[in-house]
Amino acid sequence: MTKRSKRGANGSRLSGWGRHSAPGSELKTENLERGSMDVPLSRGLGRSYGDSSLPPADKPVALNTTLADRILSFDTESGLLRAEAGLALAELNRLFLPRGWFTPVSPGTQYVTLGGMVAADVHGKNQHVDGDFGDHVTRLKMRVADGRVLWCGPEEHADLFFGSIGGMGLLGHILEVEFTMRRVPSQWIWQETERVPNIDAFEQALSAAAKDWPMTVGWIDCVAGGTSLGRGILMKGRWATASEAPKHAPRPKPRPRLPFDLPEWALGRLSVRAFNELYYRKHFRKETRGLVDPQSFFYPLDILRDWNRMYGRRGFTQWQGLLPRSAKSGAARRMLEILSARGGASFLAVIKDCDKAGVGTLSFPAPGITLALDIPMRDDTQALIDALNQQLLVEGGRIYLAKDSLTREEDFRAMEPRLEEFGRLREAWDPEHKLKSAQSIRLLGDSA
Amino acid sequence: MSRAHTSGQKVAFLGATRGMGRALARQMAERGDALFLLGRDDEELARSASDLEARGAESVEHAHCDLEDPTSFGPALDAATEALGGLDTVVVTAGIFATQQALEEDSELLARLLRVDFTHSVLFCEQARRRLLAQGGGNLCVFSSVAGDRGRKPIVLYGASKAGLSRYLEGLDHRYRAEGLRVLTVKPGFVRTGMTAGLPEPPFAGDPEDVARSVLKAMDRGDAVVYAPAPWRAVMAVIRHLPRAVMRRVEF
Repeated sequence: MTKRSKRGANGSRLSGWGRHSAPGSELKTENLERGSMDVPLSRGLGRSYGDSSLPPADKPVALNTTLADRILSFDTESGLLRAEAGLALAELNRLFLPRGWFTPVSPGTQYVTLGGMVAADVHGKNQHVDGDFGDHVTRLKMRVADGRVLWCGPEEHADLFFGSIGGMGLLGHILEVEFTMRRVPSQWIWQETERVPNIDAFEQALSAAAKDWPMTVGWIDCVAGGTSLGRGILMKGRWATASEAPKHAPRPKPRPRLPFDLPEWALGRLSVRAFNELYYRKHFRKETRGLVDPQSFFYPLDILRDWNRMYGRRGFTQWQGLLPRSAKSGAARRMLEILSARGGASFLAVIKDCDKAGVGTLSFPAPGITLALDIPMRDDTQALIDALNQQLLVEGGRIYLAKDSLTREEDFRAMEPRLEEFGRLREAWDPEHKLKSAQSIRLLGDSA
Repeated sequence: MSRAHTSGQKVAFLGATRGMGRALARQMAERGDALFLLGRDDEELARSASDLEARGAESVEHAHCDLEDPTSFGPALDAATEALGGLDTVVVTAGIFATQQALEEDSELLARLLRVDFTHSVLFCEQARRRLLAQGGGNLCVFSSVAGDRGRKPIVLYGASKAGLSRYLEGLDHRYRAEGLRVLTVKPGFVRTGMTAGLPEPPFAGDPEDVARSVLKAMDRGDAVVYAPAPWRAVMAVIRHLPRAVMRRVEF
């Protein structure tokens, strides 16, 4: 059944996870091949923060892929899995973790689809070892702008394949994804955590941990200032061995909803300060170690559904930048100093070291450090993002499209020498730019 | 035991490729049932069969069966019985939906909907009923709708076909339960599927997975009727008792 949302016609809006919306509606169907024939963009669970998944203003309909979620093949020897693009990672985890298989790369939420994971070339706590999701994708079935449906991979239509990994859906609609699952020895994670006194220590602690741990990430208290600037908690993990792990599976956790928007002051500067202080202090021992549920290790925020409502009606954005190895030392500190000089209270800040460049033409990760800052939408947020981007340009870094809502086109172009190559791919596969998004209008100069 | 042991059932399923049928077939697959899918699009059937196998079904095969073509019913059910080595349960979730406006404007569409959702659905169930009874009984689980409970403005025509179907299923239950045929009439309220995408969403809208859970529970208990999602039972109890004078005025 293919039906067009009626709400689109009379002023309906769509929004990303950050909750600022644009006019638009969704076409929802189980049949992506049929549904993708005449729409400018596909979107999955809408977990990109900004406008990546929002359709362009002149053709405000996006194909919602979430009903196309069938597993089409799974090889129990090699782990090769092929599925429709709307399959949610949460469902994949639910089905396969009990059988000893896990996604090779997981982002910080499991409410993403396979298609979205490819389009954003997502990375996770194991970036320094396993790279991005795209590194594990073997083939994609795509609907391209001239109407053809075709398979691409490293050997066939390689330019389309690598352009689509991290290509934000702009080279074609991803219909099916084939990738290799990873065998895991248990359903539990062995985690160790430690307090880190400041941002410079953090960079060192991450790179030290990378040698021994397949999964690492840091939570930063970006309210603390002075010599404590960038203090936080480093989390290190690995899959527990069969002998370490309890025989039983972790118990599924309830996921309460946040039934209403919190008022804007709830995440004001004082409460964010208090939260960060508490979170840091709560970790009263210098170190902890033990078995944890993969759910709370990989997806701590998924526990509260709709946690984005905490930011109130105006929503929030995330600024995530990559500080490459070539940046002068102290780059992360300089970013935090800008944040704190402008009084930008980030409720949640995450730091992660990367060691692999993504295979996609526009993949975000590369060797270096990424810093992700959740920032509530306020009158001065644009100025803060601009300031962060100016510094990022000095450091030679770039932003992550899946998180962005406010970067300016000229800044983005300056950060992305790879745009030229991406532009050539679009000329080859979609010369009329039939495929576009609200984000490509904002950042790539597509016509609205 | 309050719960009948039902894993490892042999299930023939008409309509497992989409919507609520997909969700129900998946839950059956996860508890290890053997499934035989019936439908009209072979490629879709093959894709759903792969999905159900990956989710743990004991075996999944499929055969052509088209609700528009009653001559396909018998052979399809025979193929299922043979492949499964018997038949414990037959599920029918297939059918057509169209809005009242579309049906009022297009009498051909209306004739087709009445034919598929009532006449042919009954013909299919008759074939299934005979085969189940010949083996000493089993489950016949058929998706009707809350739309058949009362004549309501927005769903007069679709509702009429479902009213007929519900009444037929009720009669089957009365006539054959003693012989071991357990007929379950499923009455979904508004459920978010591809079929209802784009329609304005009323209160108590539910997801296909919730419906599937309720249906499996009802089937295990041997219930004759199940409303799903659960609040629709109460909603429909009220609507069934509203006087005509009120029904003429309200818009639901």
